[in-house]
Amino acid sequence: MNDSAIPELSGLRRAAIVFGGVGVLALLVGAFLSPAQFFHSYLFAYMYWVGFGIGCLGIVMVYHLTGGGWGVAVRRLLEAGAGTLPLMAVLFVPLLFGLHQIYEWTHTETMMADEVLRAKLPYLNIPFFIARAVFYFAAWIALVFFLTRWSREQDRTGDPRLAVNMRKLSGGGIVLLAFTVTFAVFDWVMSLDPHWFSTVFGMLFLGGQALGAMAFVIAIAYLLSRRPEFARVLAPTILNDLGNLLLTFVMIWAYLSFSQLLIIWAGNLPEEIPWYLHRIAGGWNLIATALAIFYFAVPFLVLLGRSNKRQHHRLATIAVAIIIARLLDLFFLIMPEFYRDRLSVHWLDVAAIAGVGGLWVTMFLWRLGSQPLLPQHDPELAPALARKH
Amino acid sequence: MLYGLMAEFDNPDTLVVASRRAYQDGYRQLDAYTPFPIEELHEALDLHHTSVPLLVLIGGIVGGVTGYGLEYWVSVVAYPLNIGGRPFHSWPAFIPVTFEMTVLFAAITAVFGMLALNKLPMPYHPVFNVPRFALATRDRFFLCIEAKDRKFDAMATRRFLESCGPREVTDVEQ
Repeated sequence: MNDSAIPELSGLRRAAIVFGGVGVLALLVGAFLSPAQFFHSYLFAYMYWVGFGIGCLGIVMVYHLTGGGWGVAVRRLLEAGAGTLPLMAVLFVPLLFGLHQIYEWTHTETMMADEVLRAKLPYLNIPFFIARAVFYFAAWIALVFFLTRWSREQDRTGDPRLAVNMRKLSGGGIVLLAFTVTFAVFDWVMSLDPHWFSTVFGMLFLGGQALGAMAFVIAIAYLLSRRPEFARVLAPTILNDLGNLLLTFVMIWAYLSFSQLLIIWAGNLPEEIPWYLHRIAGGWNLIATALAIFYFAVPFLVLLGRSNKRQHHRLATIAVAIIIARLLDLFFLIMPEFYRDRLSVHWLDVAAIAGVGGLWVTMFLWRLGSQPLLPQHDPELAPALARKH
Repeated sequence: MLYGLMAEFDNPDTLVVASRRAYQDGYRQLDAYTPFPIEELHEALDLHHTSVPLLVLIGGIVGGVTGYGLEYWVSVVAYPLNIGGRPFHSWPAFIPVTFEMTVLFAAITAVFGMLALNKLPMPYHPVFNVPRFALATRDRFFLCIEAKDRKFDAMATRRFLESCGPREVTDVEQ
């Protein structure tokens, strides 16, 4: 970890260490003061940050499958983002100590008293829950491990077979990622209300995670664009592509969110509709409205404009806005399950976001510093650098 | 009667350089013809000002309002039906039709707006009087400076085009 590696990011590193340190300390204090609130806030922050890692892994695999000039500029950022997943596996452990405070289904008496929940016991039980989590992390870390190893080897040797290897792994890997993430969010978030189910829930998270990851790498790329070789691969046409991808993910998220609402609203079934009833009552509707405006309408309209995508500072501004609005998204998905009567924001929510975020960003910067900022023998790099006009 | 002068290039980079030079020299009535889109030509010839996006935006808004208005009129004004106790004005159910109508109107405006702004269909265009121009759809790149340009001069413009490294420069008959 040397500051000289990426001087443009030293401010971000200092912020991550300060916020992370203060946040972790506050979390430790909070864990003793109000353990239940600690676990709720921690789950919220955990799901927020793990999403950036998963999103980066998904997008880098899409890049290996499709190619394209947009990927060269952000490939290393995506790889570093995916490289935080081993850390997130470790940070998952604290949740295991709070399963009783977080998940209603861990109380067997509640489960046995309800006929529907009794039938879900073979799936919703602690040993199987932990075994599944181990499998998800094993799958994600294996994908990260091979992609990172081949990527380093490609930097060193330039062997063209490595690009083929990465493409082949990504083909199966993207299917594996879609299934594991779907089940992971079923386990970690959807089961907060053990009665409720939505088959689109996994895709909804995948879309949101891809949106967050894309916004994150665009913002980091802006900080790096002061480096001449990085500025060269981030030509206006490439920024336009990145902005269009961001717009695509905004629309995917909105499309899936609305699909879920429309189907549940139209069905109006007693085991489905309460999920929304909790979320339009007691102040939670403010979050819902803010999401519709700041997570869909504003980014959608701004990203339609061509000049907003081609000017890096404008694109980076909207990316940062999306990263912040994503907090609302996760807050809306998770917290109403704990505080059904009225909107509740606790100082531990802020501490958890800062603490987990500080660790996540520090890990990201460490992974980013361990390799050259541009993939040295990526088949797309030479054309990107040779672009004259 | 001369329509203009046409230079033939065998690679896109030379064409872009030539187009940029011509534009910087003050030529305005000129056009480039290529087998595939070349983003940099927009920059070189300053071709940014197209009204298609604005037309599409207007088309989309008209489509969205039409779709939502149609549903509102049917469900609230003309044939109000009680469906599962829901309000007549049930906006979530109106969104899919609104969305589809937005896309439909925007797409139709895009296609026909583009055709109209390009003055298509166009049965006759002088550039096709150059036999080798058929290669513009295959592997050659053409730049045509038209005679109606204020700076056009048969001798000087030909000298200018020949200095850009073309395969050849041809007269285009009207």
